[in-house]
Amino acid sequence: MKKLNELSIKESLEGLKELKFTPQDLVFACLDEIKTKDEDLRAFVTLVREEALKSAARADDLIRELGGEAFARFPLLGVPYALKDNFCTENVLTTASSNIIRNFSPPYESTVSKKLKEAGAILLGKTNLDAFAHGSSTEASDFFTTKNPYDITRLPGGSSGGSAAAVASNMCIFAVGSETAGSIRQPAAWCGVVGLKPTYGRVSRYGVISMASSTDSPGPLTKTVWDAAFILNIISGKDEFDATSTDIDVSDFTRSVGRTETKLKIGIAKSYFVKGMDEGVKSKVLEAVGVLKKEGYSVKEVDLLDPKYSVAVYTIIQRSEVSSNLARFDGIRYGFDRSSFGFEAKKRIMLGTYTLSAGYYDQFYAKAQKVRTLIIEDFKRAFSEVDVIVGPISPCTALKEGATKDNAMFGEIQDMLLEPSSMAGITGISVPCGFSNGLPVGFGIMADKFNEEKVLNLAASYEASRGEL
Amino acid sequence: MKLELVLGLEIHIQLKLKSKMFCRCSADIYQSEPNTLTCPVCLGLPGALPVPNREAIKSTQLLGAALNCKLSGFSKFDRKNYFYPDLPKGYQISQYDLPLCVDGHLDLFSKRVGITRVHLEEDTGKSIHENGLTLLDFNKSGLALVEVVTEPDFRTSTEAVELSKLIQRIVRYLQISDADMEKGQLRLEANVSLRKQGSEKLPTYKVEIKNINSFRFLEKAIKYEVTRQSKLFESGLMPEQENRGWDDIKSVTLSQREKEEAHDYRYFPEPDIPPMEFSSKYLKEIKARVPELPDKKVERFVRIYGIGVDTARVLCESLELSEKFEKASKETDPKRLANLLVNKTDLRNLDVDNLLKRIKVKEDLLDESALKVIVKDVINLKENVKAIKDYKSGKEQSIMFLLGAVMKKANGKADPLLVKEILRKEINES
Repeated sequence: MKKLNELSIKESLEGLKELKFTPQDLVFACLDEIKTKDEDLRAFVTLVREEALKSAARADDLIRELGGEAFARFPLLGVPYALKDNFCTENVLTTASSNIIRNFSPPYESTVSKKLKEAGAILLGKTNLDAFAHGSSTEASDFFTTKNPYDITRLPGGSSGGSAAAVASNMCIFAVGSETAGSIRQPAAWCGVVGLKPTYGRVSRYGVISMASSTDSPGPLTKTVWDAAFILNIISGKDEFDATSTDIDVSDFTRSVGRTETKLKIGIAKSYFVKGMDEGVKSKVLEAVGVLKKEGYSVKEVDLLDPKYSVAVYTIIQRSEVSSNLARFDGIRYGFDRSSFGFEAKKRIMLGTYTLSAGYYDQFYAKAQKVRTLIIEDFKRAFSEVDVIVGPISPCTALKEGATKDNAMFGEIQDMLLEPSSMAGITGISVPCGFSNGLPVGFGIMADKFNEEKVLNLAASYEASRGEL
Repeated sequence: MKLELVLGLEIHIQLKLKSKMFCRCSADIYQSEPNTLTCPVCLGLPGALPVPNREAIKSTQLLGAALNCKLSGFSKFDRKNYFYPDLPKGYQISQYDLPLCVDGHLDLFSKRVGITRVHLEEDTGKSIHENGLTLLDFNKSGLALVEVVTEPDFRTSTEAVELSKLIQRIVRYLQISDADMEKGQLRLEANVSLRKQGSEKLPTYKVEIKNINSFRFLEKAIKYEVTRQSKLFESGLMPEQENRGWDDIKSVTLSQREKEEAHDYRYFPEPDIPPMEFSSKYLKEIKARVPELPDKKVERFVRIYGIGVDTARVLCESLELSEKFEKASKETDPKRLANLLVNKTDLRNLDVDNLLKRIKVKEDLLDESALKVIVKDVINLKENVKAIKDYKSGKEQSIMFLLGAVMKKANGKADPLLVKEILRKEINES
């Protein structure tokens, strides 16, 4: 039998509803697992043990008082989770894993964590990331590197590496991360969990410490596709505090899980099977495509722009926005001066300042925006032919610790296959599709803007036909 | 070499709104305790995001329409990046290449002045320098600020002052700002340079005089700059392109170059706010909302009420006074009312009912010729001979005795001031 901390959200809620265990039991199970494992894995930056136990007791009272009605009002009541440390949490340290705001305790709550709190979810702690989400490994965290639960000599990916490792090691029931270009899907792939990057604007960014404002998308990291759909239900929608958020088609996303009446048209992009790609990854991804074909899905090849163009576009736009977003850490507030910035932040500020400077703006920033428009149109064209596009998430499995050293463009190359979709603002998911040399591989599914139900539908269908890994 | 002034203005106007430009904090900051009207957004805290205030956009478009601008169907916000302690995000949200309104004009007494653009931005916080410390107050941070930029069409400081005053009057008519300069709700900047008279070319430099907070200072600062720059030209030097501030105590402009040298603001589109699109129907509605503006009202007053231009100007200085005049004029003689309002400033503060009451009383009073008859009677009475003698010998207060006698005879229906005047005249002549 599964230990409580190993349960999915769905299983947790069923058990809680049937009074098989209490919220305290669940929280204790997670906290115990954290105690046992986190000394090695180092997924958490901050734990809120006392507060979590208090919330569990309150949830328990509510369940006793209201019975099943409690879950109608608080759909995540008593379910413990981990939150990436770039989401502001009122009176709980929010560091973005950076030294320059290592003592920052926000006076306000991010919209995502507020919605989760209001739904009854219990925060266990804040998870590690590459400082300010600048990276794909957590090695750029100003504090420490998180380890991959499948092999602690390896990296969990990033920037939501702490969240992915926490879910993969069952230190929580689910986690929330944020993706600018790969930061949810890549660590999900490397840690063997489900990672959903919603459409840009689907989930409010209010209270998420900005990396690249025009692509940041908060999203869930979960054990199952249904869980991801369930969390998306709770965190999505128009937020009056985020002018870029929308309320297009906010339905019950869990309804698209397990529906099979219409088979989506699948596209596969040849250009995404890049040169130098790990053979094990390639074969696992093609195997996943084979599973879908067997289920009766039609799969056709689609042409997409070579992802290499996105590396340049993404690098310029993201650095430009970063240089401006980090300007508020000017040494006057937050207690530390700018020498506290890590190497990666300094590099990005310098490059972004350069690309926005008079005389270089047209050559870099303006040109990158034009190419970005081409990428958006490229996807539009592809999605007029197919419903979803499948392919690999990462060209390799989890790399060894130290892989980012002397590799200035590590993240950009690592996330090459995810940058086009991020630049276009479309949605995508990573679903575990097996192992290569004992390390997890992620299967990627992308769909057009605000078509999360397609991504979730296919992911769930694959998850069901794939069987146990 | 005869030189000529080339002058353009940048006018900042704080909009009168319930809340700030990008958050819901109260915009009513006057005399508020420092840092009490703030939130994560206007403090620029990590993760906080701006959501534009629709009313601020509308007010800006209304002003643009009043200044005869083209209202843009597509517009956006941009980030202006620079460091300053009272700028908590390290950038100001402003508008760069696609402002809300462009290409307008305003007619002065003697000429037409081009309005280059009208755009919307956020105000910064306030630095207070005290006992060697710099304190920061963020109540002002994030207030909606409109910037009006003119073409360099002014050739005298008088023209610049005239336009500034006109804009102040217009925004008050539009009721989008109180434009109180003492409260910093209207701030002026002048771009001053000189060129050879008769030249059509724009000078290759400009000196920007910042943060001028009165019309008088504007005039003084421009005049000072003209003298300073002329002297430089005379000695064969070109004035430097720089920012200067007006120091009223010393009556000079001073260079502020340490802060602004060769600034690159690295403008780029604000990614936190989607671009704005306005339908032509919406823009038409905005244009239709522009009320009768001061100049048109002056013309109408002259035409309809038969009053002089100068009188009409005084009445139209404020929307409130002009409206009071129009309401009251329905009940009384407009010409007389106009003159009373121009000459007796205390009447302007009364509401329409009380104003009418006050001037109505005066209508019942005896006129000058009737009073003259009574005064003559009083002077000729035997019992008053002594008082007249006393007055003539310099006892000023004895006139009060005579005044009392006249008022009694007139049954109180007399203006005491007028009676006194007639008394003096008649006594001196007797």
